[in-house]
Amino acid sequence: MSAAAKSTAHSVVEASPSGKAVAGVIVILYAAIALLPLLWIAATAFKSQSDAIAYPPKVIFQPTLEGYVNLFTVRTRQTREFIANLPPATTWYDRLVRAHDMVIAGPSKVVPRFINSLVIGFGSTFLAVLLGTLAAYAFSRFRIPLADDLLFFILSTRMMPPVAVAIPIYLMYRQLNLTDTKLGMILLYTAVNVSLAVWLLKGFIDEIPREYEEAALVDGYTRLQALRKVVLPQAVTGIAATAIFCLIFSWNEYAFAVLLTSGDAQTMPPFIPFIIGEGGQDWPAVAAATTLFVIPIVLFTILLRRHLLRGITFGAVRK
Amino acid sequence: MTAIIHPDAGADRVAAQARHSVKKRVHGLSDRSIAWLFVAPTIALLLAINIFPLVWMIRLSFTNLNLSMSYLPLKFVGLDNYSDILSDDDLWIRLQTTAQFVICSVALQVVIGFGLALLINRQFRSHSFWTTIILLPMMLSPAVVGNFWTLLFQPQIGPFNYVVGLFTGIPPSSFSMTGEVALAPWTIVLVDTWMWAPYVMLICLAGLRSIPDYIYEAAEVDRASAWRQFWSITLPMVMPFLMLAVLFRAIENFKMFDMVNLLTSGGPGSTTELVSITLKRAAFEKWRTGYSSALAIILFVTVFGAANIYVKVLNRVKQR
Repeated sequence: MSAAAKSTAHSVVEASPSGKAVAGVIVILYAAIALLPLLWIAATAFKSQSDAIAYPPKVIFQPTLEGYVNLFTVRTRQTREFIANLPPATTWYDRLVRAHDMVIAGPSKVVPRFINSLVIGFGSTFLAVLLGTLAAYAFSRFRIPLADDLLFFILSTRMMPPVAVAIPIYLMYRQLNLTDTKLGMILLYTAVNVSLAVWLLKGFIDEIPREYEEAALVDGYTRLQALRKVVLPQAVTGIAATAIFCLIFSWNEYAFAVLLTSGDAQTMPPFIPFIIGEGGQDWPAVAAATTLFVIPIVLFTILLRRHLLRGITFGAVRK
Repeated sequence: MTAIIHPDAGADRVAAQARHSVKKRVHGLSDRSIAWLFVAPTIALLLAINIFPLVWMIRLSFTNLNLSMSYLPLKFVGLDNYSDILSDDDLWIRLQTTAQFVICSVALQVVIGFGLALLINRQFRSHSFWTTIILLPMMLSPAVVGNFWTLLFQPQIGPFNYVVGLFTGIPPSSFSMTGEVALAPWTIVLVDTWMWAPYVMLICLAGLRSIPDYIYEAAEVDRASAWRQFWSITLPMVMPFLMLAVLFRAIENFKMFDMVNLLTSGGPGSTTELVSITLKRAAFEKWRTGYSSALAIILFVTVFGAANIYVKVLNRVKQR
């Protein structure tokens, strides 16, 4: 930000107009190519079964909501006579399904899985940010013995290979009846996220001048009051950014979810690859699920863009 | 944030005195007990969810526990699991596969990421918009990414082979990116680079922006060539940031599981079977808990060592 503001038109640091143009063309070309896979998936979600598996791959096609209907329903194939004898279809999705000689048998599991993702995501984010804020405040403001070692310990827990961590967690959760429960997953994701939360929030709280709190203490506030009324309001942006990072981690996490859940607590990432239709993966439905799953991430990325750098370096690199 | 008025020097002195008196008054909790109260829950959670299971796993790594044959009596086998692992030729091949994946993908990400950062740093119009677009892949779920790339890589119906066919004339259905021994290792490198080159780019961009303009201006006065400026100013100044990105990506790719598990699930055969996938098979398919605990411990120690170096670099960058 500052570099852009400082450099003037005559600065030797500023690239020449032609240099800029070349850079712009290459970067935009890269961005466009990198974006293509995502656009392809978003388009596949609106294809019919036959268009999705057409050769050569179809760029122009008749859009349909079949993929989305298939994602949310379970269907059974019926004979033409059977369908003809049914009472007339009342909704657009009934008609869509019946056109393919099928009848909707009930809702699919996608909604419960989506709800699991939300509950586990928000639950673990809330806990991680709560614990993280307290710990970060303490690390930022008080002299804690062996603070650097503790901070390293906290971060190192996040670096551990998830498959390796899952082995003892699996055994422990079996003893505690926490396998395939939302509570188990919330606790696990909280433990992973709290390390990021502590490191990120410590960076944010470090930036709030101590003088404000000290002034509040002079005015007769207790530490806790000063924290609540002075520090927290100023750390609100940092807390929000941290929360979004935690949410994205829980939302995207796959290794723990696939190894430790099978039904009740299964989240979207292990569920999406197993959306199958007749004879293999139902690509339009998979694409529809992927699109719905990715949209919040795209929005969050745009919201977070000023804090992304901090988030991916545990708060070490600020600008 | 800094717009809020700073207390003046006088108030500072008052504050210093007050700090003293506040400590004496101790209304509410003392600072020390607050510090403990605030840190304790985090440490307790990490002890319960990370350290206790880890210690348990160390114990299990000396046993013959096999969950699919739990009727067998639990026997302590000493270091047998470790010696089995270290003398297992297959495992060395998996480690080699993993090392090749880490080196190729990180190298490619550095080249592309650093290149993009240099270009974006020229600040052409709308560069911040395109930067955000480029960053999207790294925010996605690796599992979901691995899954949808399998569609793109389908030999018949996938657009990837079709586009390659358009440019090279190779028939699209004559090769399979995920199904061929010669191609699959490059496929996982390709998808990983698609996802993570933006990560390296973002960190390099921060490095480039941390270089003060006056250094270049001085170099200009000395008539240093652009090439010379790159090698003696840009590269050394960005190096700590680049190290940060390289280390983190290397650690992450060393333990890579999700994306590759869905893209190739280690296949064809075991050409893309990374260590984490081997570990998952040993622990959750063959249920050789004792053996896989030992393997997990070996991976832990490796990552822990790398993490230590990473944090050192992190702290050095932080001081910039």
